[in-house]
Amino acid sequence: MKEFMLLFRQPSYDFSQTSPKEMAELAGKWKSWVEGIAAQGYFVNNGSRLDLAGKVLRPGGVVTDGPFVEIKEKLGGYIVIKAASIDEALTLAHGCPVLEADGSVEVRPIYG
Amino acid sequence: METPTVSLKDLFQQEFPRIVAVITRQFGVQHMHAAEDIASETFLAAAETWGIKGIPANPAAWLYLVARQKAIHFWRRDKIYRDKVMPVITSNSVSEEELDFSEEHIQDSKLRMIFAVCNPVIASEAQIGLALRILCGFGIEEIATAFFTNRETISKRLLRAKDRLRQENIQLEMPADQDIIPRLENVLHVIYLVFNEGYYSRTQDQVLRRDLCLEALRLCLQLTTYPPTNTPATNALIALICFHASRFAARQPEEDTLLLYDEQDSSQWDLPLVRQGMHYLALSASGNYLTSYHLEARIAYWHCIPEDSTTKWEEILQLYDQLLTIKYSAAGALNRLYAKYKVAGAAAALKELLELQVPQHTDYYLLLGALYEQLDTEKAAKAYQQALSITTIPSEIQLLEEKLKNLKK
Repeated sequence: MKEFMLLFRQPSYDFSQTSPKEMAELAGKWKSWVEGIAAQGYFVNNGSRLDLAGKVLRPGGVVTDGPFVEIKEKLGGYIVIKAASIDEALTLAHGCPVLEADGSVEVRPIYG
Repeated sequence: METPTVSLKDLFQQEFPRIVAVITRQFGVQHMHAAEDIASETFLAAAETWGIKGIPANPAAWLYLVARQKAIHFWRRDKIYRDKVMPVITSNSVSEEELDFSEEHIQDSKLRMIFAVCNPVIASEAQIGLALRILCGFGIEEIATAFFTNRETISKRLLRAKDRLRQENIQLEMPADQDIIPRLENVLHVIYLVFNEGYYSRTQDQVLRRDLCLEALRLCLQLTTYPPTNTPATNALIALICFHASRFAARQPEEDTLLLYDEQDSSQWDLPLVRQGMHYLALSASGNYLTSYHLEARIAYWHCIPEDSTTKWEEILQLYDQLLTIKYSAAGALNRLYAKYKVAGAAAALKELLELQVPQHTDYYLLLGALYEQLDTEKAAKAYQQALSITTIPSEIQLLEEKLKNLKK
């Protein structure tokens, strides 16, 4: 078994259109997706969630503020799973709620 | 899986108005929309994080922490923008660290928000819409369902309302003591309309309708926490809502059925709510003003007494007589005639009904049919058929078809 990091990238949502009810449903979707991976014994750790705003330091001491408009999808967080191959890891990534929000899941092997 | 989802919805709905109120208080009413975005963005972060890591021990504190961070970020960005665009900073520039999520500050901000949103400078429908969104935390979709329209219409209506508040430079502050009573009158009216929207809504969504009524109750109770707004009228409105809401389950036992008062199973009435209503009705009986809420609350109270008696219907009839003199409505006039029928018989009520100048909606024909049932079955059937040709509401259609079937027996 190898370890893989699943990185969630998501576009900017139109927050004002989302109701508390839909938010609660979203939490349920994340929960069942993660639990599904854990139930099969593939879950390693639940990573971290990142604020979508921050600062960027560039060469020459240039500091810019987020949001990073030039990047279409922002890195929102990650979890770590284990799988026999990258294809198996990709299969587990299916059903991740960011996909429904037009985001993406990037699957990257972690060097042991 | 099911239970946590439901309670999270409640939590988000409860926290939405609180977060929006505190942030709007800090940044000003012109940034109400940004405050909504910050609250929603906070819930989004919570939905993902809690979905993966589980719900923290103190979810509200978690939300306030994230909302504060996001608000500070927004403020910094906005300040940069304003510094660049407008070299002169306005006087409401405040320190971002002041964002205060203490219980006391939240309650105070929410009260101010009630007065900002229920403001006659915006159209009455928009006030209800904005109240549902900003004060009760409903989503645009749910508001659209309650109003029987689409989300574009509601979105536009709310945006226009917020623009208007900005143009009028409405501040998030309590009206001065001498202005409280007239302003409170409008606030109570909006809450009353929110309640009506739930109780008489054309939508079939039962849960939503009940939520609307409960939110109206919550807003009223909030007003009782501040002495100047804890008036007899406020208490009367609470009593009114409690009494009506107590019959919710009995009135519509299933999605498609609507039971008229006579046919309701009184064992289904929610007695704790009736008792709560009586408590507030007692509190409302002071001061020098008799409002329509007082009269409507007393009418609703009598409807919570299951035993039919002459006193009951005579009392109701008198209350309707008083109510119609201070607030005339077609629905009130029809309801009064139902009491008249109970007191003086079908013929007397029918005579007045035929002379009554009211729009001939479903309710008119329902009453006409009920009265004719005692006098002339054929005319009763005709009245119910008239009602059937007008209504499009499934529960009403079912009720009318049932009545027609029973007539033939």
